[in-house]
Amino acid sequence: MKSHKKNKKGEIIQGYGFMIPTLLILGIFTLLPIGYSIFLSFTRVNLFGGVEFQFIQLENYTNAFADERVWAALRNTFEYVIFVVPIQTILALVMAYILNSGIKFQKTFRTIYFLPTLTSSSALTMIFMFLFSINGPLNNVLVNLGILESPINFINETSFALRTIMVMNIWSTVPFFMTIYLAGLQDIPPALYEAASLDGANSLQKLTKITVPNLVPVTNYVLLMGIIGCFQIFDQAYIISGGSGGPNNATLTLSLIIYQYAFQVMGTMGYASALAILLAIIIFVASMIARKLNREERI
Amino acid sequence: MRKKWPRMFLYVILVAYALITLYPFLWAVFASFKPYQEIVTGGLTLLPKNPTLDNYVQILTRDENFFNWVINSFFVAGFGTFLNIIFNSMAGYALARLQFPGRHKLFLVILAVIMVPGQILLIPNFLIMRTLGILDTYAALILPSAVNFSYIFMMRQFFINFPSDVEEAAQVDGLNRFQTFWKVVFPMAQASIATQGVFVFLALWNEFLKPLLYISSPERFTLTLGLQTFQDRYATQWNYVMAGSVISIIPIIFLYIVLNRYFMQGFRVGGDK
Repeated sequence: MKSHKKNKKGEIIQGYGFMIPTLLILGIFTLLPIGYSIFLSFTRVNLFGGVEFQFIQLENYTNAFADERVWAALRNTFEYVIFVVPIQTILALVMAYILNSGIKFQKTFRTIYFLPTLTSSSALTMIFMFLFSINGPLNNVLVNLGILESPINFINETSFALRTIMVMNIWSTVPFFMTIYLAGLQDIPPALYEAASLDGANSLQKLTKITVPNLVPVTNYVLLMGIIGCFQIFDQAYIISGGSGGPNNATLTLSLIIYQYAFQVMGTMGYASALAILLAIIIFVASMIARKLNREERI
Repeated sequence: MRKKWPRMFLYVILVAYALITLYPFLWAVFASFKPYQEIVTGGLTLLPKNPTLDNYVQILTRDENFFNWVINSFFVAGFGTFLNIIFNSMAGYALARLQFPGRHKLFLVILAVIMVPGQILLIPNFLIMRTLGILDTYAALILPSAVNFSYIFMMRQFFINFPSDVEEAAQVDGLNRFQTFWKVVFPMAQASIATQGVFVFLALWNEFLKPLLYISSPERFTLTLGLQTFQDRYATQWNYVMAGSVISIIPIIFLYIVLNRYFMQGFRVGGDK
């Protein structure tokens, strides 16, 4: 009895001991910042040597609604999410389905497809900037094939800059989600397909009646990750525009505008915090809606 | 079902998609052996006319910082991964196996913070690190990323299914909890550890935003941030951009080839959620 009690006490100490690094980092760099961020969003921050806060109630939030650049960023970010999330999800599913249909060299194709997932956004964006540049191969092909009369400056033209980022990101994230779908497809018991074959189902019926419904949890995960990732788009927009969000705010995303107000403009760190909170709320709401839609549609 | 699919058509799609995926990489690799003039005027030819190693020699030996960036990236990603492996496994084990007050609540908190978008942490973390005096040091990149809540969750799931008689046998042999963990349990978790290891390394190696915010001295940049300086310093020297990009990809490709099965394992975990 005594040793049992001692053991239990020991286990409590060991439990906390094993958790110490996690507790410290969770506390200092995650939980404290969440609270700090909410606090900052109600203040004006001055950084002169130390940090000074001036409490200004909801002013940062009300200012956000009157800020035209915020609306531009909001429009761009929504446009980006609305195009990229469905396209990348469907492409990922289709490619995974094809890969899983008993073709040869599955592993070779998979290995090649995975390459963009391994590569940094920094290197990829630079490579794409050249491929899409005015002297780049894409313009060369399009002009030589007679599709374009003269080359287009995809990166620096208002109507193309964001599209270029979309194309690049669909290209680079499809393989990641494809691999998740592939794992999901391989988890569907083959007996389901065999039973359907006996009942005379064709391949389209199998796809819609067996494959898609069985993939609902995977699709939920893919949509959730896609939405969270797309709403936070930053690296590519920053690199393509050199941090400005140009041309004409065409590549200004919510994350980029938060960065600008926090670290490039003096005295707007509190305002940037309010925008970050708004972004978090938008992401949360969008994720919930996507989840609900996906569930209702498939059942 | 399978015979009805026009097979050839599927292969055409697969090969076309493989070409679309490979083209930018092949282009970058070949361009890294071309002089600047040939890149900007070369049109569609993939192969270099006069292959040269100049771009590599220039950035690796004559650029004042590039070599530092490679070392910095290796240090930050390597040491960060090392800490993650140890800390995530310890936390996952404690949450799965040890009884202590608040364990369940702590687990719920960890599940909740997985969903918090990183953007709201950036500004306060900048101010916290400024107060701690670690801005513009490697600590600013490593410390906040030294644990990963998703992989703590993964390790917990692993340890929950871990056979407890192995541990009991170790305890009968006179090992205490701490020894049991390091000598018996940790080595048996190899596969899960390798899986989180490759993904943590990949994320740290490719990270762009955090170095951009928290590092200001060029000699302390990581490769991802350093690559960007070829844009403004020389009005985009594409030849150096391509050589630098290739150098930044090589270690990851190497890791991918050597630890391929762990890369693929990570996805089953992802899909299970």
